[in-house]
Amino acid sequence: MSTTEILFFFLSALALFSASMVLISKNPVHSVLWLVVTFFAISGHYILLNAQFLAIVNIIVYAGAIMVLFLFVIMLMNLNQQNEPQKNFWMKLTGVISGGCFMMVLVSLVRQTLDMQSKMAMTTSGDIGLIKNLGKVLFSDYVVPFEITSVLFLSAMIGAIVMGKKD
Amino acid sequence: MPIQYYIYLCLALFSIGIIGALTRRNVIIVFMCIELMFNAVNLLLVAFSKMHLAAATIADKASTVGTDGQLFVFFIMVVAAAEVSVGLAIIVMLFRNTHSVDINFLNRLKN
Repeated sequence: MSTTEILFFFLSALALFSASMVLISKNPVHSVLWLVVTFFAISGHYILLNAQFLAIVNIIVYAGAIMVLFLFVIMLMNLNQQNEPQKNFWMKLTGVISGGCFMMVLVSLVRQTLDMQSKMAMTTSGDIGLIKNLGKVLFSDYVVPFEITSVLFLSAMIGAIVMGKKD
Repeated sequence: MPIQYYIYLCLALFSIGIIGALTRRNVIIVFMCIELMFNAVNLLLVAFSKMHLAAATIADKASTVGTDGQLFVFFIMVVAAAEVSVGLAIIVMLFRNTHSVDINFLNRLKN
């Protein structure tokens, strides 16, 4: 097994384990911390695919900003595991079965797709994921969506302030 | 790395997100599971962009096929950040009104 394969399987196992722990943990703070671990594993996958810009943005935006926001809200509400409501057993079983069925259908679909049989994803080479190449395309072909994004952020900010105000 | 490995990994992550959104009642955990599903889709988009690049570099060494896929991921992250800010504001407001983060309290939106 090559180094790339070892890293791939290690990061995959880490991502799946920590994603499961997000659901299993009773304490919401632990859930947030496991989700941060998941995001780091996914960033590792991005680095393995040589998408360096997205790896850094994923760490800064998701693991840095969004998860800190989650943690802040959880600590603001002072939640602990005693008062967390639980669904009853049958509802949980139904959820797990329906999620498992969804995964089973899609896995069997992918297994039968002839188009995907011999395709390889390019790992550790190919430089479209570097900041230079992405920036060139972002500021030439995608400059209008990029500017519209700023309007989206402004409206999200105003919405959050209006909803967060007392009264 | 075969593209199927990436597809299976992302399917598993997405399904874990779905199971979490269906089985937990804490609004914040449900919201975090939605983030998990976003990330599964992002990883799949990057893997597919590198798959198309691998196919294109055989013909042309300096090909830039697949840049669009990675920019899509960038825009998904941007929209997710905006969504989280508004969503957490809604959750804080819900908590202030009901003193609970139970998702079943949102039933009262019906009447």
